[in-house]
Amino acid sequence: MSVTSSANLPLVPGGRVLIRRHTLLVRITHWINVVCILFLVMSGLQIFNATPALYLGQKADFAHPVASLTAQNSQQGPIGITQIGGARFNTTGVLGLSTYDGEPAARGFPGWITLPSYQDLATGRRWHFFFAWLFVINGAVYLVASLANRHIWQDLVPTGAELRAIPSSILHHLQLRFAHVREYNVLQKLAYLIIVVAVLPLIVLAGMTMSPGLDSAFPWLVHVFFGRQTARTIHFILATTIVLFVVVHVVMVLVSGVWNNLRSMVTGRYAVEAESEPHVD
Amino acid sequence: MLTERKRNPSRPTRRGLLVGIAATAGTAVLAGCDQLDMVAQQGSWFRDRVLHLGEDFNRTVQRFFLNPNSLAHEFTDADISTDFKANGSTDPDDPAYRAMAANGFADWKLEVGGLVEKPMSFSLADLRAMPSRTQITRHDCVEGWSCIGKWTGVPLALVLEKVGVKPQGRYVMFTCADMLEQTLDGTGRYYETLGFEDAYHPQTILAYDMNGETLTVPHGAPLRVRVERQLGYKMAKYVMKIDIIDDYSSVSRGNGGFWEDRGYDWYAGI
Repeated sequence: MSVTSSANLPLVPGGRVLIRRHTLLVRITHWINVVCILFLVMSGLQIFNATPALYLGQKADFAHPVASLTAQNSQQGPIGITQIGGARFNTTGVLGLSTYDGEPAARGFPGWITLPSYQDLATGRRWHFFFAWLFVINGAVYLVASLANRHIWQDLVPTGAELRAIPSSILHHLQLRFAHVREYNVLQKLAYLIIVVAVLPLIVLAGMTMSPGLDSAFPWLVHVFFGRQTARTIHFILATTIVLFVVVHVVMVLVSGVWNNLRSMVTGRYAVEAESEPHVD
Repeated sequence: MLTERKRNPSRPTRRGLLVGIAATAGTAVLAGCDQLDMVAQQGSWFRDRVLHLGEDFNRTVQRFFLNPNSLAHEFTDADISTDFKANGSTDPDDPAYRAMAANGFADWKLEVGGLVEKPMSFSLADLRAMPSRTQITRHDCVEGWSCIGKWTGVPLALVLEKVGVKPQGRYVMFTCADMLEQTLDGTGRYYETLGFEDAYHPQTILAYDMNGETLTVPHGAPLRVRVERQLGYKMAKYVMKIDIIDDYSSVSRGNGGFWEDRGYDWYAGI
């Protein structure tokens, strides 16, 4: 996606120039990923609800979950309790106890965020595995191609100078000052890099570790993740990380020029400030 | 922004397209949840033909990587769960079963038949007299939890050798004593089927002891299946009868097991 000649680039008003930012491969795999992650998170929460608690190690210590969402009776009636370590929060209405079809229901996550909306582990698994395979194939295509065409090295791995400029980049983000240039800024690079080379591959491996079949084929899996229950907890934490990433990502897309950003991820064209585009030669 | 629109007439269309896509996606998500519930319901084409591809992939890929001798990890006595959860039926109310339980299962017999050369029945003493295998393994429930237990029993392969499986046999079916759901047509009775890859696996045993003691009723007395490379629902409890069959589509609701009939995958390796 290097820019070769500014003469052929369409000019847009304001001294800006439209460049090609995202390759077709990046755009297609990005949007497939959006769909996959939406379905995987919603069906994943359905699956989580079958045992709305997290444990460590190989086996579940039922009396001591590291985190749990439960419904309990109180003097005011049933309440939803979220427990994380030693901390307990009343999350009635959302976590532990929520309303479904007008009735209070003891559920980890509420029906409006799970797939299916009602409690149905079997169907949740159907959705999850379908989109898990789509996600894995899509991710593999992206990673193989992006390593082969050096997209990851050229566009995502930050330079030493960029790493040293992290404090100023944080300041620019806080001030909502964004340079519209072809390159990602260093915080973007780090966020995207960590997501595509670490978080997404690891969540697949942690998911595989929950499989008794794959554990017997690849015994190292369960050691890498410190046991099946730890793998399940890590899978949940990584999913939470992805959701947080998506929230921040969408906010940044909205505040840094939503139409320009969206256009670049649909058509590939991104408007940059002509004078600040150093790679035009 | 408005001045840009005036000067570049191509932009509104593109922007309109993007708005359209975003609006469609948003509407689809908000209005679509009910549709998504509907489209994936049991018996739907989308569920059986499209979503089912995920299960097909799981099975094909695991069959590729799992060789007949890949074993589930075996643990030590120190790892055994003190609070092994008993799931599904924990106290079958079938009168014949209860009578046998009251008598310590002295009258219980395991019937083995179907597509076999020599149908046989085995008492608990017969099974205990056969070579046994003891394994400390992790039990993985489809609900997400795991417990570790020590199981002793006779390898299923040895029982199958005794009766002689006919060449047309393809599945081992276990019929159980427990009605996990009350139905008028009897399809609430627990049953399970295994393919021969798992039936002949060295860790597939018919367990009569758990943690060094006689199997208790909540855990499936007098006999339960252990299939260590699959999820818990494949490991039928309260086994009364084993049949070798060539097809399970005419059994109960036709999907090869109690939970399979209720939407779960037949191949439960993940």
